Amino acid sequence: MFETLILIMDSTVRLSTPLLLACLAGLYSERSGVVDIGLEGKMLGAAFGAGAVAFVTGNAWLGLLAGIAVAIALALVHGFASITNRGNQIVSGVAINFLAAGLTALLGQTWFRQGGRTPPLPEGGRFGNIELPFADEVRDIPVLGGIYSELLSGHNILVYVAFLAVPVTWWILFRTRFGLRLRAVGENPAAVDTAGISVVWLRYRAVIACGILTGIAGSYLSIAQSSGFIKDMTAGKGFIALAALIFAKWRPANAMFACLLFGFLDAVAIRLQGQEIPGVGEVPVQFFQALPYILTVILLAGFIGKAIPPKASGIPYLKERT
Amino acid sequence: MSAGQLPRWVDFGLIPVLNLVAAFLVSGLVVLLIGENPLEAVRILLWGSLGFGEGIGFTLFYATNFIFTGLAVAVAFHAGLFNIGGEGQAYIGGLGVAWACLAFDHYVPWWVTMPFALAGAAIMGAAWAFIPAWLQAKRGSHVVITTIMFNFIAAALMNYLLVNIMVKPGSMQPETRTFEAGGRLPFLNDFMPGIDFGTAPVNLALIIALLASLAVWLIVWRTRLGYEIRAFGANATAAVYAGISPVRVIVVTMLISGGLAGMMAINEIMGSQHRLLLEFVTGYGFVGIAVALMGRAHPVGIVLAAILFGMLYQGGAELSFEKPAITRDMIIVIQGLVILFAGALEHMFRPALVRFFTFSRTPAQQAG
Amino acid sequence: MSDTPAIELRNISKSFGPVHANRDIDLVVRKGSIHGIVGENGAGKSTLMSILYGFYQADRGDILVDGRKVHIGDSKTAISLGIGMVHQHFMLVDNFTVLENVILGAEGGSLLAGGVSKARQELRHLEEGYGLKVDPDTLIEDLPVGLQQRVEILKALFRGAEILILDEPTGVLTPSEADHLFRILQVLKDEGKTVLLITHKLREIMAVTDTVSVMRRGEMVATRKTSETSMAELAELMVGRSVLLRVDKKPAKPKETVLDVSGLTVTDSRGVQVVKDVSFTVRAGEIVGIAGVSGNGQSELLETLAGIRRATAGTVTIDGETIDLGETPVDPAEMRGKSMGHVPEDRHRMGLVTGFQEYENAILGYHNDPVYSKGFLLDIAKIRDAARSEIEKYDIRPPDCLLKTANFSGGNQQKIVLAREIERDPTVLLVGQPTRGVDIGAIEFIHKRLIEMRDAGKGILLVSVELDEIRGLADRVLVMFDGRIVGERSPETDEGELGLLMAGVHGEDA
Repeated sequence: MFETLILIMDSTVRLSTPLLLACLAGLYSERSGVVDIGLEGKMLGAAFGAGAVAFVTGNAWLGLLAGIAVAIALALVHGFASITNRGNQIVSGVAINFLAAGLTALLGQTWFRQGGRTPPLPEGGRFGNIELPFADEVRDIPVLGGIYSELLSGHNILVYVAFLAVPVTWWILFRTRFGLRLRAVGENPAAVDTAGISVVWLRYRAVIACGILTGIAGSYLSIAQSSGFIKDMTAGKGFIALAALIFAKWRPANAMFACLLFGFLDAVAIRLQGQEIPGVGEVPVQFFQALPYILTVILLAGFIGKAIPPKASGIPYLKERT
Repeated sequence: MSAGQLPRWVDFGLIPVLNLVAAFLVSGLVVLLIGENPLEAVRILLWGSLGFGEGIGFTLFYATNFIFTGLAVAVAFHAGLFNIGGEGQAYIGGLGVAWACLAFDHYVPWWVTMPFALAGAAIMGAAWAFIPAWLQAKRGSHVVITTIMFNFIAAALMNYLLVNIMVKPGSMQPETRTFEAGGRLPFLNDFMPGIDFGTAPVNLALIIALLASLAVWLIVWRTRLGYEIRAFGANATAAVYAGISPVRVIVVTMLISGGLAGMMAINEIMGSQHRLLLEFVTGYGFVGIAVALMGRAHPVGIVLAAILFGMLYQGGAELSFEKPAITRDMIIVIQGLVILFAGALEHMFRPALVRFFTFSRTPAQQAG
Repeated sequence: MSDTPAIELRNISKSFGPVHANRDIDLVVRKGSIHGIVGENGAGKSTLMSILYGFYQADRGDILVDGRKVHIGDSKTAISLGIGMVHQHFMLVDNFTVLENVILGAEGGSLLAGGVSKARQELRHLEEGYGLKVDPDTLIEDLPVGLQQRVEILKALFRGAEILILDEPTGVLTPSEADHLFRILQVLKDEGKTVLLITHKLREIMAVTDTVSVMRRGEMVATRKTSETSMAELAELMVGRSVLLRVDKKPAKPKETVLDVSGLTVTDSRGVQVVKDVSFTVRAGEIVGIAGVSGNGQSELLETLAGIRRATAGTVTIDGETIDLGETPVDPAEMRGKSMGHVPEDRHRMGLVTGFQEYENAILGYHNDPVYSKGFLLDIAKIRDAARSEIEKYDIRPPDCLLKTANFSGGNQQKIVLAREIERDPTVLLVGQPTRGVDIGAIEFIHKRLIEMRDAGKGILLVSVELDEIRGLADRVLVMFDGRIVGERSPETDEGELGLLMAGVHGEDA
């Protein structure tokens, strides 16, 4: 029983990682007042970039860099539309998602001719698992040993990066000048402007931070969790991350728990597929496919009700004539 | 907008055209990037969509879908809501069509089945929009997120129904049995003797779509409900002041929107496929967003934009035959670019145009 | 005291398109003085200050600070030159603490820790020096408005401002808070700071400034030593003709009660009681004015009576019909049905849909009236005709019912709202801030129409933060403070006494 629990938690960690990275990405953006529903598109673009470059170079680190670059590029498009052009931020996000979906499939086919995906990655093109020190030695210690050697150890580096990003994000937001200004610009950009700080530059930095993190999230999918890019491999994770962000009320620590929760549900769903649940019988596979989305709707409807986003969220900043 | 006033023809004519041109220029760059000639591509696209009867037929067939989904998004826009759920609403609308056709097709002619099928499509589509609508109205849950979620839920639900429940007995294909004559809309070929549309499935639903456009115009600009919708979308606080119920507007608007999206199904299911099958919506719900944005949420603009996108889809299909490197994903890229330029970047050309058209301001524009 | 002026403006001009917001402005502000700038709405005062603060750049002209020509390209430069601005609408982050707001932009390093402790010290310093006491760890949203303004001033001083610009600072203050502010300004002056006070309130100019400059239609028309001028002269300079400071009206002849409010209590979304057990009546043929500093429950009172806000308890009787507001949730349509009109306090936020064409706003709230429909559809021709006749009657300019409402001036927009509500011939009219942001010609027109309505036997409930407006129009004055009616007086009552009531001093529950 304990073994099963550890295995599920292990899956949970791996499944939560891309969600967590994307969720924190959205946190930076939305806290600065720029709504971002294009997390999905950025992740997908990054996954393709990482997979393509990792395949060609055989180097996972270069792949990661490429993935981040693609995500930043898409993030800058969103920034240009939302910040400089003061356009509708939701529409921009939708556009980014389409662009990513179309371009990744199109370029994938053009460059690799395998129906829109990259070929499997060569040695070195994928991030391997890291064993934490003494993982083998402590494996047999009851409870703690299992947790250390199975659950905490044996993940690839991006997993550790993701969870490390949580306290780092907290520290940035609440202990640095940049974080103070970021939170301020999401609540009252006019206050920031009259204090002599550039609203535009601040928001662009937030959007770039979003790009970096979604870049890591997408790269994780193609060069850490799997071996290579597959068409549409994000499969809605960007939207689940967005839901987690709202559930977390835009706070870093809550974001971690929200993403772990969704990851957990995903892990449990995979486990329960094909199994008979006493009293209910076999649950159709489509139910599990729909479950994360149903839960998100329930969460949005019930527990959260009216979660209060940053006050300036989604509102383009226009210098008012006083 | 406190920016300069532009003449109406610029706002409704020139700017959309500029946005479109920008989208196509960038698309052209993408075509170059994959090693093909953009001008050649455009030529094939135009010929494939308008050059011969069958091509025109397909163009109009796709346009019919886009008119419905475009109207759906547009109506919601007027209330300030973003209905991204057209995809799921159209999918579920298919259920309504299928139930009517499967029930009646043996016994009555198509023109008896049709009103039931149409009603079924609209009701089911509206039903699928109801929960997100109600959650937005009562709980403040953002309709964008909930409708996106409902798209995914619809896919799972329809998958389950078609694989397990509605499937034709004895078949492995996840689809219903084919409808008899009583469940098929007549093709335009059948009753328009002048033109030959070849094998294109353009059908009576096109006429229904055009009538729906007229109905939407009347409702939004000539009825009290439409007045309330537009007031609420422009200024929710003023709407409350005016005694308009936000809950009523949000729910009714989304129901109409969902119903319009659902009606798309009648074109595909009763007009073309003659059976209910998986994934028949294939992204048309999202094209509706592009169409509504390009068409500035006005029925005339939407019909024109729908035809344009019909051309893109049909021309794009021909293009991918002639030039296999330009796969049909290119259409998705163009769609994304249109949404980007017509939607998020719609103000990009405005400052330059304002400078160009120096317009005298009324003395009302006093300085602070 | 050195003779170099703190600020000198030469030939400053700024246009927005065809509108000349500032035209060849010359201004000399002596160091260590309190210099007032008066003008009506639209005279160009705010634009001029925005240029000084770096928000806008002038098209032409020079700015000299401390005798040196400078170019103020952005707020950052202005701050570095020692110019600090206290805005009319506070530039504060509501869910930050006072301390966080003060250090925003002047954090003293990329990590907050160091800057915060230094800021605490400095704040204590400023408190001792100027008497500006605020608890640095309170959230802004938990502070009363007077203290929020204090934070704005602290922000400027924290950045080393030598020149302080205050833009319409007293709109949100009680008379006694305003006095306190003026005392602080005196202290600042004694410490050698220079103060620029932007206001349209002549009383304040006379009370606290050394010099006053008058702006009219984008131009600087005069500068006077305050001790050598009078309110009457300033008013005339502001408007360009002699101005009636009082409204012309005959005594009221009130008849039966048309509006009876009893025990009205309203709780806001945070659980705070904003209207506490308020009772009063309005009779046909009288104007009842509710005086008070904004934020004491008047807005909520109006909104509740109009059916926009839910009451916790209380009844309202209109024209004989009683509704228990605590029990039945009402809505504005119902209140309109009971012949109650409502001119809201904020026409942009609530009274108009600025994107609509003028004729569409002419039926806002009354769009369900069958007279405007022909079967299922709206009778557009009829609506436009009705709008046109209102335009003519109320002299709304430009007289184009198809023009987008955003293109009308503030005064004309207000006339559109007023026409709409008055032409319905309501028994009771609720009016909030009827002349906010309205030019003086329209102000006179609006005041005349309200008196006309009164004389026609209607009951009017007038809410305004402009005490002069209340005293000029109302037949009875109720003072509201902290959600309660703290006194009823006649409009001739001495302003000082009303001011004390508005500040919650010597109040008696009505």
